[in-house]
Amino acid sequence: MIKFDIQNLKLYYGDYQALKGIDLAIEEREITAFIGPSGCGKSTLLKSLNRMNDLVEGCRVVGKVLLDGEDIYGALDVTELRRRVGMVFQKPNPFPMSVYDNIAFGPRTHGITQKHKLDEIVETTLKNAAIWDELKDRLKKSAIALSGGQQQRLCIARALAVQPEVLLMDEPTSALDPISTGKIEELILDLKRRYSIVIVTHNMQQATRISDKTAFFLLGEVVEFDETENLFSAPRDKRTEDYITGRFG
Amino acid sequence: MKTATREKLVSAVFLAVALTSVAAVALICVFLFASGIPAVGEIGVFRFLLGREWSPTDVPPVFGILPMILGSLYVTAGAILFGVPVGVLTSVFMARMCRPRLYRVIKPALDLLAGIPSIVYGFFGLMVLVPLTREIFGGTGKSIFTASLLLGIMILPTIIGVSESALRSVPQSYYEGALALGASHTRAVYFTVLPAAKSGIFAGVILGIGRAIGETMAVIMVAGNQARAPTGVFKGVRTLTANIVMEMGYSEGLHREALIATGVVLFVFILIINVSFSLVKRRSKQ
Ligand SMILES: Nc1ncnc2c1ncn2[C@@H]1O[C@H](COP(=O)(O)OP(=O)(O)OP(=O)(O)O)[C@@H](O)[C@H]1O
Ligand SMILES: [Mg+2]
Repeated sequence: MIKFDIQNLKLYYGDYQALKGIDLAIEEREITAFIGPSGCGKSTLLKSLNRMNDLVEGCRVVGKVLLDGEDIYGALDVTELRRRVGMVFQKPNPFPMSVYDNIAFGPRTHGITQKHKLDEIVETTLKNAAIWDELKDRLKKSAIALSGGQQQRLCIARALAVQPEVLLMDEPTSALDPISTGKIEELILDLKRRYSIVIVTHNMQQATRISDKTAFFLLGEVVEFDETENLFSAPRDKRTEDYITGRFG
Repeated sequence: MKTATREKLVSAVFLAVALTSVAAVALICVFLFASGIPAVGEIGVFRFLLGREWSPTDVPPVFGILPMILGSLYVTAGAILFGVPVGVLTSVFMARMCRPRLYRVIKPALDLLAGIPSIVYGFFGLMVLVPLTREIFGGTGKSIFTASLLLGIMILPTIIGVSESALRSVPQSYYEGALALGASHTRAVYFTVLPAAKSGIFAGVILGIGRAIGETMAVIMVAGNQARAPTGVFKGVRTLTANIVMEMGYSEGLHREALIATGVVLFVFILIINVSFSLVKRRSKQ
């Protein structure tokens, strides 16, 4: 099943064209990795999948992004879109409030107010994010006091708490140590059973370790999109080969 | 002159200049306490601070400033009641909601509000707020309510200024995190940005309290100034500052010293406010 169908997507920041006609199909319950040199438009494409680009003044989008066949730039309500398509940022950004309130923020936003329901959601999401054992005694403590790795897993849990269908992750481990990175990769692989995941990474090993498909970006275009195994072992495009073998910028 | 000597000289000059303000504070302290404390001793600490009657011209005179202490506290609390909600909401609006064009109108208006001399506020209170209060709530119109309302307006620029910069310094990542969960703009601002700025906003409120409690001219013109414990929000009230200003001119002897001692009490209030301000500031930095 195709989750996201991106059709000839062009995106402009003012006069600057950051995406030059992207065609990409993101499969349900798979991990799709975006790789490519800095400034090639990976984050831009990711943000256009949950319309976080709306925040950028002068940003204009042409083309179509279909989520389960529905145009997300059409009639679909943007808050509903963002509930269905969660996002995890490069730098962990827990809110300056308790662990509990961080997780409960999303559900509360979408109208859940009963204490027992929220308690249940907090527990199950933290368990799903494999961080319950570490945090169960610190639910009332400030999330800011957690380690960077814990903060990032909390942010993943926070995104899961609204029962999204897709998770967008923009270099989620680039600010973390190898052990935290390992834990998050494990978590991502586990989450794949229930969610479609798109991850931007500068780490080739990470892409090969966890992703099913990989898209290689260059200058606002997708140069190559294939099964991760194929793309890394037998790239069809010369530019892809140069990039993954490190002969490129 | 050799460079080293000149350097030393220059830095000595700077030091001397910098110490001026410290010296000024020290001198004020010495003066206040030296002339105020003996009077408190003579009257008796408890009879001075907790005495409910102020009759400086009676024989023998009675110097109890509790009505004025209460007066200052009531009026300041009232100002907070009016000023904080309006001020905080305005700062949220200015920092996160208003269009640049509107901002260019509001900001200078607030700067102007901050620059208006308090006597002009007083006139405004006297000509507009007092008659209005009289019309609507009865009585003379000069009351705790009127003074609070006026002070509430006067402390708006302080509260808004400090709160706005606190709100602006909240990392954008909180806001984006909330939006990414499906929160609306308003919800993201009120439930993530605002709480993150709360100690900064609190600092602004404390500064506002300082401004309100020290205000004199405007309050005298609208508060009625009866030196007795107020019995209701629409009754007249005298603040510590008003007490000093109104009687300083003709007082002498113990009466005069009792007024200075009133100043000492005011000074202690301000001291408490400043200490809490820096505590809050320190906590917000962590
Ligand atoms: N808010 C913005 N306003 C204007 N131009 C932008 C904005 N955000 C990104 N760009 C430009 O769009 C292009 C793509 O940026 P993007 O952030 O998507 O790159 P990226 O592939 O994620 O890079 P990196 O690997 O460094 O994160 C860059 O040239 C960048 O300068
Ligand atoms: Mg990026």
